[in-house]
Amino acid sequence: MNSTELFNLLNDFLASKGIYALVLILFFLGMFGMIVCKNYMKKLMSMNIMQVSIIFFFLCFAQKEGGMIPVLDGVTNDPGAYINPLPHALMLTAIVVSLGTTGVALALLMRLKDKYGTVEEDELLGRISE
Amino acid sequence: MRNLPVLIPILPLASAMLCLALSRINKNLGKYVVIGALTVSFASAIGLFVEVMRTGETIHYYMGGWKPPLGIEFVIDEMNAIILVAIAAVALFVCIYSQPFFSEKTRRLKRQKDNSNYADGTTWLEKGGFYALYALLSAGLLGMTITGDMFNLYVFLEIASISGYGLIALGGDKSVMASFRYLLLGTIAASFYLLAVAYMYSITGTLNMADMAMLLAAHKNSPNVFIAVSMLIIAFGIKMALFPLHGWQPDAYTYAHPAAAPLIAGLMSKAPALAMLRYMFYIIGVDSPYVAKALTVIGFLGACGIILGSVMANAQRDFRRMLAYSSVAQIGYIAVGLSLGNAYGIIAAVFHILIHAFMKSSLFMVIGAVRYRYDEVLISKLGGLNKHMPLTTVTLVIAALSMVGIPPTGGFFSKWYIIMGSLESGHYFYLVVLIVSSLLNAMYFFRVLETVFINKDAELEEVRPKGRFELPLQMLVPIVLFGIVIIAIGVLNAHIVADVLSLGLPEVLAI
Amino acid sequence: MTIISIRPFLAVGVSLLAAFLIMLSGKRPNLRESFTVAASIIKMLIVFSMVPAVLEGSVYEYTLFNITDTVGFTLRTDAVGMLFACVSSFLYIPVGIYAIGYMRGHHEKEQTGFFAAFAVCISAAVGIALAGNLLTFFVFFELLTVATYPLVFHARTEEARFSGRKYLIYTLSTGQLLLAGTGVVYYIAGTLDFKAGGFLTMDMAPVWLLQVLFFLLTVAGAVKAGLMPLHGWLPSAMVAPTPVSALLHAVAVVKAGAFCIIRIIGYVYGPSLLADLGAAQVLAWLAVFTIIVSSLIAMKQDNMKRRLAYSTIGQLSYVVLGASMLSPLGMLGAMYHIVAHAVMKITLFMCAGAVIVTTHKENISEMNGIGRRMPITFGCFTIAALGIAGMPFVVGFISKWDILLGALEIGQPLYLAVLVVSALLGLSYLMPVCYIAFFKKDETGEFAEYGEADKRMLLPICLTAALSLILGIMPNFGVHLYDLAEIAANAVTAGFYESALIVTTSFAGGALL
Repeated sequence: MNSTELFNLLNDFLASKGIYALVLILFFLGMFGMIVCKNYMKKLMSMNIMQVSIIFFFLCFAQKEGGMIPVLDGVTNDPGAYINPLPHALMLTAIVVSLGTTGVALALLMRLKDKYGTVEEDELLGRISE
Repeated sequence: MRNLPVLIPILPLASAMLCLALSRINKNLGKYVVIGALTVSFASAIGLFVEVMRTGETIHYYMGGWKPPLGIEFVIDEMNAIILVAIAAVALFVCIYSQPFFSEKTRRLKRQKDNSNYADGTTWLEKGGFYALYALLSAGLLGMTITGDMFNLYVFLEIASISGYGLIALGGDKSVMASFRYLLLGTIAASFYLLAVAYMYSITGTLNMADMAMLLAAHKNSPNVFIAVSMLIIAFGIKMALFPLHGWQPDAYTYAHPAAAPLIAGLMSKAPALAMLRYMFYIIGVDSPYVAKALTVIGFLGACGIILGSVMANAQRDFRRMLAYSSVAQIGYIAVGLSLGNAYGIIAAVFHILIHAFMKSSLFMVIGAVRYRYDEVLISKLGGLNKHMPLTTVTLVIAALSMVGIPPTGGFFSKWYIIMGSLESGHYFYLVVLIVSSLLNAMYFFRVLETVFINKDAELEEVRPKGRFELPLQMLVPIVLFGIVIIAIGVLNAHIVADVLSLGLPEVLAI
Repeated sequence: MTIISIRPFLAVGVSLLAAFLIMLSGKRPNLRESFTVAASIIKMLIVFSMVPAVLEGSVYEYTLFNITDTVGFTLRTDAVGMLFACVSSFLYIPVGIYAIGYMRGHHEKEQTGFFAAFAVCISAAVGIALAGNLLTFFVFFELLTVATYPLVFHARTEEARFSGRKYLIYTLSTGQLLLAGTGVVYYIAGTLDFKAGGFLTMDMAPVWLLQVLFFLLTVAGAVKAGLMPLHGWLPSAMVAPTPVSALLHAVAVVKAGAFCIIRIIGYVYGPSLLADLGAAQVLAWLAVFTIIVSSLIAMKQDNMKRRLAYSTIGQLSYVVLGASMLSPLGMLGAMYHIVAHAVMKITLFMCAGAVIVTTHKENISEMNGIGRRMPITFGCFTIAALGIAGMPFVVGFISKWDILLGALEIGQPLYLAVLVVSALLGLSYLMPVCYIAFFKKDETGEFAEYGEADKRMLLPICLTAALSLILGIMPNFGVHLYDLAEIAANAVTAGFYESALIVTTSFAGGALL
């Protein structure tokens, strides 16, 4: 296998699956942040990153080559010509949900900050057990 | 009659929206609307249950008249009909139970140093806020159980979770951190669930559960199914606090608001457990090789959870935390029942979901009642409880015996069906686990009973005045009622199993 | 003939109802005690009313509801069940009356809970006797465990707490083994209904499984019956009030254990299967060991109740030994020994309790000359003690004689030797008590002020002592308990020992003479 073939292989992979690889990296980046960060605010931000990666994932697999936006414009009635709108609709809901979750989380963090003056996990654990 | 299914989740949902606004007008109005909505939900659930039993057919309800797979579908078969009744009953009675915590007549005279800083405000905002969250949680749990749509399940899951975070955070200082940690883990679970949905959706193009089951039949060996199954284990594993994904649960149950803890502890892990059962047996199906492997894993985790949860429960001094660890063990029972993968196993799992909902919530109601009167939660402070609160103690004894698995309380029979299932599938290992866990359960529950009956009366300071009875009637009636229900379920288990649960089994396993 | 009748359930239910009423009437002691007495009498009448039909070979049977999806909650009055039910429901009356006198004389606390738990215990004992299948049996078995627990920790001292724990550890853990065994039995046999001669067969499961299963099932009974080395809880449980000891060690708990073993041997496995498996042999050897060792330990005990407890351990092993001989006469002796030992041991315990309440003495060495102050109490004690040792004309002789003949029947002279030795040992640990009480001089003179025990305690003692004499002379006195045992023993061993009937009747006649 020479370098051109290898390049083509990589090219094909990136063209067809590359976006998924990126989504996956994003997802695990978020998870990694949630596990590793000691600061609760950072944990929350990592959580958002993770949620966004899932939204990307849905949007990615809804794509179709040569599909057009799912609005009937009188040109064709063939469903194959349009992209599937359902994942987009689902992700609207998911975005709302993640917004709600983030809102609650922020409210909780504000309570923690008010009460203990910090959102660092180590310091919090120390102050709570006092 | 035709629209009964939709009333069940929608009414609590609507009442949650109205609750705050109405509370602004009159402090109690919002609460009454929520109780009213839950009552109607409960009545509709019973109506549906009777209807399903009478006709013997699964009820399908199409939201807005849109037929599946396009529209959202509500499905009520024998299995979830009875669970719906249980959820609606627990939600309603715990709601009634919660009232004195927010009543002006029973304001606390004084506060003990610990355990006292849960929300008990009587302003419209605090009262209305609590009941709005409570109604949302109930709506979420009911919705998760009734829905026949995979994405709808996600939405209801999140409704239940987000309101659950709020209710846990109302429980005082430590609860905020517990709630935040649960939020992080809960979101991971929800994300994994969404990913699982995505993987299944990408090969079938449908979100309706029944439709999915039909279309997946052609893809039993697809790698997508493998990924979906593993992600479902993580997602529901976290949500139902399956060992070792239970990290959030002890803190969350311990520090949750005492008026909402019975609902949270009793049901928040049960609805996901039922959803897991749906996915494994009704949507993907046991004939998929991945599900068979997944069940082995679930069973093993469940068995570990049973043993370690019971051991941890033995080490606790706080009654609530002991109950929380015991929940880890009890979820293990459900997981083991699931993993057996035969008719008796599923029956045992669903029966345990049912009975455990009542056992755990009645135990949390009991400790909530002690906290209400004395602001105490330690086991050592329960000495002589039978003299101060005799009826509450009766329920405590019944629920404890049921947790240990002494006949004729309900807890014994889920054990019996698990034994039957494990013999049928030749897993003698689970028999041993079950025996050991019963003994461990007996150790920590009889320790509590020993404290109550043998120890010298604990020095207790009343923080709320004693009324005519040991507790306000709103609290006493649900507590006593649940004690009776635990025995009733045990006595009636033959009917529940033979006439209800075994009719709702998946076709491949039908007896 | 099977008679469908709810009467067995009434017999069980009446004292459960009484327990409930007792809980409610805690503030009025006289009303509360009248419930105890009324329940005991009604219960006895219901049980006795079923005896004639059972003697004619009928059984009363009733299924109240299904206990699981396939197994019924069934009570069935076969002969051996009736035997045990008669004993426990009848002895409930004297013990109940005695308990009232004792508890009041001793000014015990928490009497309401005590009498309620007491009533539940008797319900459970009758339920165990009449249970028609293994799962119903298990339900009552666990109920008995749970209801006895509050009686054991009644004193609420550290010692009582410890004994309660010990009791629970022993009984609950083996109860779980019984449950597992029940599950396996149901799985391999597809039924749990007791059947005289057993319902398990060799082709249902591999031999090793049947052997293991036998021990899973019998270990719960062995613990309750105090079979060594599983007897540890019994002496510690002596910390309970004396009526409880009387009930626990004479009627309900230990007998339930022995009865469990009879049920498993005779009605689940059956003698012929067990003879093939050889599993009962192990049980028999354990029983032999227990009989000898417990008598030796009993001799060393100074505390009266502990001495009696070890005597109980030994006597219960007679039942186990008789049953595991698998011969008709051994089985008959085992069954009748349930009656005999109940009557005698209850007398002994009630006497010990009467001494405790009247003089507050628990140790035998302190009882010098007490018999002259309490002649009736110690007269009854002596009768019962002689019976335990196996003297003719006291009821203990009849059952022991049958077990002895059973040993001859299967040609095991060693068992014979053990039985004779143990009778001598029995004499040597109970007779000194009588000697000390009657003939040693009360040097300190501290008993001079004491008189006979309270009448409420004395009456039951005389009743049971008289009964042990009467049954010793006429074993069929009253409700034909000997016939019941004979019917049951023949039913169990029929087909295994063809000559069973002839041999038994001839010896029964001999015993009658």
